[in-house]
Amino acid sequence: MSPDFFKAVSICHLSENDFKLLGLFEGRNVLIKNDHGQVVLTAKIDAGLPDSLVFIPMGPWANMLVGTETGGCGTPHFKGLEVDVAATDSPVLNIRELISGMGACCHV
Amino acid sequence: MSEAIMIRDAVCSFCGCLCDDINVEVEDGKVSRVRHACRLGSSKIMGHGRIQSPMIRKDGVLVAASFSEAYERAAQILLAASKPLLYGWASTSCEAAKKGILLAEEVGGVLDSTATVCHGPSVIGIEEKGLPGATLGQVKNRADTIVFWGCNPAEAHPRHSLRYSSNSSGKFTPQGREGRKIIVVDVRETRTSKNADKFMRIVPGSDYEVISALRMLIAGKGEILPDVIGGVKKVDLADIAATLKSARFGAIFFGLGITHSRGRYKNIDNALSLVAELNSHTKFVIMPMRGHYNVGGIGQVLAWSSGYPMSVDFTRGAPYFNPGETAACDLLAKRDVDAALIIAADAVSNFPHATAEGLASIPVIQIDPYENPTTILSDVVIPCAIAGVEVEGTAYRMDGLALRLRKLVDSSLPSDEEILTGILESVHRQRQRKANQGA
Repeated sequence: MSPDFFKAVSICHLSENDFKLLGLFEGRNVLIKNDHGQVVLTAKIDAGLPDSLVFIPMGPWANMLVGTETGGCGTPHFKGLEVDVAATDSPVLNIRELISGMGACCHV
Repeated sequence: MSEAIMIRDAVCSFCGCLCDDINVEVEDGKVSRVRHACRLGSSKIMGHGRIQSPMIRKDGVLVAASFSEAYERAAQILLAASKPLLYGWASTSCEAAKKGILLAEEVGGVLDSTATVCHGPSVIGIEEKGLPGATLGQVKNRADTIVFWGCNPAEAHPRHSLRYSSNSSGKFTPQGREGRKIIVVDVRETRTSKNADKFMRIVPGSDYEVISALRMLIAGKGEILPDVIGGVKKVDLADIAATLKSARFGAIFFGLGITHSRGRYKNIDNALSLVAELNSHTKFVIMPMRGHYNVGGIGQVLAWSSGYPMSVDFTRGAPYFNPGETAACDLLAKRDVDAALIIAADAVSNFPHATAEGLASIPVIQIDPYENPTTILSDVVIPCAIAGVEVEGTAYRMDGLALRLRKLVDSSLPSDEEILTGILESVHRQRQRKANQGA
C-alpha cells in the first residue's frame, strides 16, 4: 500500500494545448468518462503528448475505464480507449474509496 | 554490531532483465547497501513495508492467525470450490510455480499468470508463428540496429539499455550507442524515444497497419501504399524499412503499447512475420520486454508440465487451454470461478474494475510479502519470504535464460514453495478426514 505508487498512478497526463483548452492549472483535477466508467485524476502536462491523447499509468484508477472484453485472447483492451475529459472540482478517490463499491469482504 | 558482508553478483528479482551484477552489503542480518541496481531493484532489495503475520477474515475483519490455521482455511476454501482460480506467479520462483501447478491439479482449478494482462497476446502470437529470438548477450554483442516498439525501458527496465541494448558495448559493438541505430515507435514521446535516432509516432491502435506497411515496403511493394499510414508518412516508413533491411544484426523489443492495443495478439503475429521476412535480407530477432522478473518462468514451467504456457484449466482431468475462456479476466468477468488464490500479484489493481469486482463475491486467498489492494478483498492472507532476497530459487530472464536467484538475508517467514506445500498437505489431510468420516 505504497502512497507513492498510488500517487503515481492516479494522474492523467495531457498535452500542453489540451491542458490550457480545458482551463486546467497545477493541482486541478479532471473527470474522465467512457462507456465503462468514470474516474477523477490529477491533471499534469506532458509535453511529449500530442493533442487529444491522454496518458494514464496502468493501475486501479485507469482500470475504472477499461472494459471486461478480451477479444478472445484473455487480455483486456487497456490502450487506445475513447474517453471524454473535463475539468472537475471533485477529489481523486483514495484506493479504499475506489474499491469500496466492490462490496468487500464478508464471504468467509 | 557485526562486520558488513559483501555479496557479489547477486541477481535482482525485480524485472525481466534479471541483472546479475548486483553487489549487496549485509549488516546485522539486514541489507544495508545495494550497488549497481536501478532505483526499482534497489528499493525491492532494501525492503519496505511487509505483512507481518498470516490473517484470516472473521466477521468482516482480518485478524492475525497462525500459519497452520491459514493453511487449513485456504485448503478448506479451495476444496469447497468447484472451480478455483490460482492466479499470479510472475514474481516468485519456478519451484513455487511447480508446487502451484500441483495444487491446481489436486483441487481441480485454473492456473493463470500475470502474462494474461501483460504479454499474453505475445505468448499467443508466438505460439502461432514461432519466435525468431536471441539471448540478450547476442543483442549486446552484435546488434547494430535496435527497435523499441510500444515499450519504454528507460522507465520500466532502467538498466536494459546499458546492459543489453542501445547503450551497451559488446564484442562486435565496441562503439556502444554511437555504433547503433536506434528506432523508437510509440504513440507518445518517452524517455526512451529521447535516446532514439529516429522516433516514429503512430496513431494509437494503428500498430497492425504500420507493421503491414513495413512488410510491403520490405517486399518492394510500397507503390500500392497510401501516402500516410497510421499517422506516419510513407516516405518516413520507407526510410525505416531501408534502415531495417541494411542492418547487420537487428533486434526488435516490444512492450504493452502493442500487446494492449487494438489487434492485440494479431499485432504480435504480424510483427513476427515482419521479422521472419527481414531474415530473408539480414539477421533480425525479436523479443518481448517481459515485466515481472519471472513471468517467463511460470510460462516455462507451465509449458513443460501441462503443454500450455498460461491460462491452463485443470478442472477437466487433463490440461485445457483456450484463452478468452480460461484466462483469469474472462473467468472473473463471467463469474465463472468460485474461489481464488492470488500469489505474487495484485489482481485488484491490474484487472479492469468490473473484472476485479468478480473477486469481491468469492473467497480470496492471498500469498504475498506486501499488503496491496488485493489484500482488502482477501479472506486469508499469508505473508511469504521474498525469492531472490530471502530465499533462493530459479527464474527465467526475458530472453528465456534461466538464472539462479540467491538468498541474501534470512527471513522468519516461509517461502512461497513452503506455503503452497503447507496448503497442499492440508488439502490431503482434509480429504483424508472426509474419506474417513464417509467410511
